[in-house]
Amino acid sequence: MMELLLGDEAIGLGAIHAGISGSFSYPGTPATEILEFVAKKTQKAGKVSARWSANEKVAYEEALGMSFAGKRALVSMKHVGLNVAADPFMNSALTGAKGGLVVAVADDPSMHSSQNEQDSRYYGQFAKVLVFEPSNQQQAYDMTREAFEVSEKTGLPVMLRVVTRLAHSRANVETRTPLEPTDVGRVTQTADWTLLPVNARRRYRRLLDVQKDLAAYAEASPYNELNLKGKKGIITSGIAANYVEEVIGENSDFSLLTIRVYPTPRNLVRKLVEHCDEIIVIEEGYPFIEGQLTGLLGVPGKTISGKLSGALPEDGELSADLVRRALGMKTIQAHDAAGKIPGRPPQLCQGCPHSDSYGAILAAAAGDERPYMFSDIGCYTLSALPPYNAIDTCVDMGASISMALGAAKAGRHPVVCSIGDSTFIHSGMTGLIGAAHENANMTVFILDNATVGMTGGQEVFATGESLVSVVKGLGVDPEHIVTIVPMEKNHEKNVALVRREINYKGLSVVIADRACIQAMRKMAAEKKKSAEKEKETVKV
Amino acid sequence: MDYNLILAGVGGQGILSIAQAISVAVVNRGWVVKQAEVHGMAQRGGAVQSHLRFSDRKIHSDIIPLGRADMILSVEPLEVLRYVQYLSKDGVIVSSSTPFINIPNYPPVEETMDRIATVTRHVLINADALAKAAGSARASNIVMLGAASPFLGFDPEELEAAITQMFERKGEKIVNVNKTAFRFGRRAATAYEQAIKGGKTGHEAREWLEGLKPEELEGACC
Repeated sequence: MMELLLGDEAIGLGAIHAGISGSFSYPGTPATEILEFVAKKTQKAGKVSARWSANEKVAYEEALGMSFAGKRALVSMKHVGLNVAADPFMNSALTGAKGGLVVAVADDPSMHSSQNEQDSRYYGQFAKVLVFEPSNQQQAYDMTREAFEVSEKTGLPVMLRVVTRLAHSRANVETRTPLEPTDVGRVTQTADWTLLPVNARRRYRRLLDVQKDLAAYAEASPYNELNLKGKKGIITSGIAANYVEEVIGENSDFSLLTIRVYPTPRNLVRKLVEHCDEIIVIEEGYPFIEGQLTGLLGVPGKTISGKLSGALPEDGELSADLVRRALGMKTIQAHDAAGKIPGRPPQLCQGCPHSDSYGAILAAAAGDERPYMFSDIGCYTLSALPPYNAIDTCVDMGASISMALGAAKAGRHPVVCSIGDSTFIHSGMTGLIGAAHENANMTVFILDNATVGMTGGQEVFATGESLVSVVKGLGVDPEHIVTIVPMEKNHEKNVALVRREINYKGLSVVIADRACIQAMRKMAAEKKKSAEKEKETVKV
Repeated sequence: MDYNLILAGVGGQGILSIAQAISVAVVNRGWVVKQAEVHGMAQRGGAVQSHLRFSDRKIHSDIIPLGRADMILSVEPLEVLRYVQYLSKDGVIVSSSTPFINIPNYPPVEETMDRIATVTRHVLINADALAKAAGSARASNIVMLGAASPFLGFDPEELEAAITQMFERKGEKIVNVNKTAFRFGRRAATAYEQAIKGGKTGHEAREWLEGLKPEELEGACC
């Protein structure tokens, strides 16, 4: 069957067709659509569990648990999400997997919607597991299916690495006969999973011993393609291979090695290098292959170029045009760029509750020295831009509260931080329990808009009353848990309340409780749809 | 045949629906498509673009190289200018003349249109007015699909079939509004092109078209 799929969707469908029983994730661009697609596709049949988790670490652990229970599991996240899930990820290479376990990671070169552009292939190498890097949507589908097979065969998790341009590009995908959810049965010998030093040492030795098998697998994979021709060679990988093919065409004289399965296939690289005098490495992300090839000392007698040599930029994403230039060809531009055009950065929506929240916070803090305003990751990060200029930091999920705690411990006052409801559940609660434990002198704003706004409105685990209960449960003094409704008509009242709490010497939590307007619209549309459906049913 | 199209607009203006309609028509033909989209932060009122490539043979890059776009299709005039370096020598610009002003330093609208009109092959139409006339202001993106349609190499029936496929879940009324929007856009673009060929300036062509009712666009000529 032929379907038109985003790279993310091709991964999701590949996993469904590989017979997964569960898909786990936390929303994050550019990986969000993987779980969304699995959830939508499997909802009716009800054979696959596809729900958001509280954060990526939790998602990974759920997937690992499902794998131990004998079923295939997909866990997906954006690149920085793997930092959060790094603990279970690294250790799962020691425990190993039972049911196939695949971690799909979407990197974001050029930082379209991220704080950095780290390259997940290093994590794959770090954990010593196989990494698959498809070039296109068809391969994303096919390689996901293969990843589950090889995960079970090797007893190890497999990483599937994509980048934004594949994750969010749609193309034709030919699908094959799907498998029903698989089950490798119950395991009774569980010592491998209990990483006491005595077991962990044995398991790490095993991981080291199987490295030669993983290397052999990568060497033999048909996804790693070597085509020897002229004395000039190109080593490319993943999405970068498309740009190379776009530029050199089918009848070029370049020798070409395309890598899509890691560990980097040493023998294939050696064959290309021995055959060629000049080699350029063209890869999306960090100079991972190039660094391995040149090492500390380079390759005597050969000219190696790439990102490290400056032939290609080390930051930002690649394009066919950058590849053309690196290969010494001219770009074919007919029209000059249009000169100065004002930028159009993203901004908070008209009528966004965050706008009223920051309006109140800024007004309450006005006059005195501007407080430290630690903030976090979500739509509200846009309040760093004019006209708000309301926040000073955006570092990682949940950092606002713990960083504010650090500044409070430095003796500063007032210290203010703001965090969204979903980010709070993700990683803010742990910081707050510490702040409550010592009644730190700081004010926490939880912007409760009842959804995960930035990634398109996914469900949150605690909002409204239940969020207040969570905050109480973490030990915050109920006298200083205040709820405001961020609306223009409440502005004066809100400013007074906020000022009181900022001035209070101790921990206070202000919850700004108003739903995201995009989520409201979505809900209203769904309500209308279901009402119409009901009406039709009544008619019948 | 290869066709490269850059879709431009502001997050929330519905360029992905235009891309989707064309992609459906491409797939119905049994051809291949690559459609790179922008998700995430930029969708919040920022500049967004989608690279759409279709062909009867393999497509490599998901992104269109500089100087290779056969068309820039924009639902907003300023956003055209962000991508002119991608336009090929004989490429065409198709844009809505209705500005989306959500930044304080939006340049004068007439000046923006004049800059677009320096590219000989261009079409500027009032998509919002035509969408309203078709029955829904929300259909202005489909008006723009109609305006692009004379240049895309499809029969209009192929694209109308795609529109039906996309909207049939929402009922017959919505399908018809969008088909009408498509036809209005197509007629307006054809008339605009005729006017330019007939020697009118972009400004004159727009004024002339503004004076016509949507029903009068069919076969209208200067």
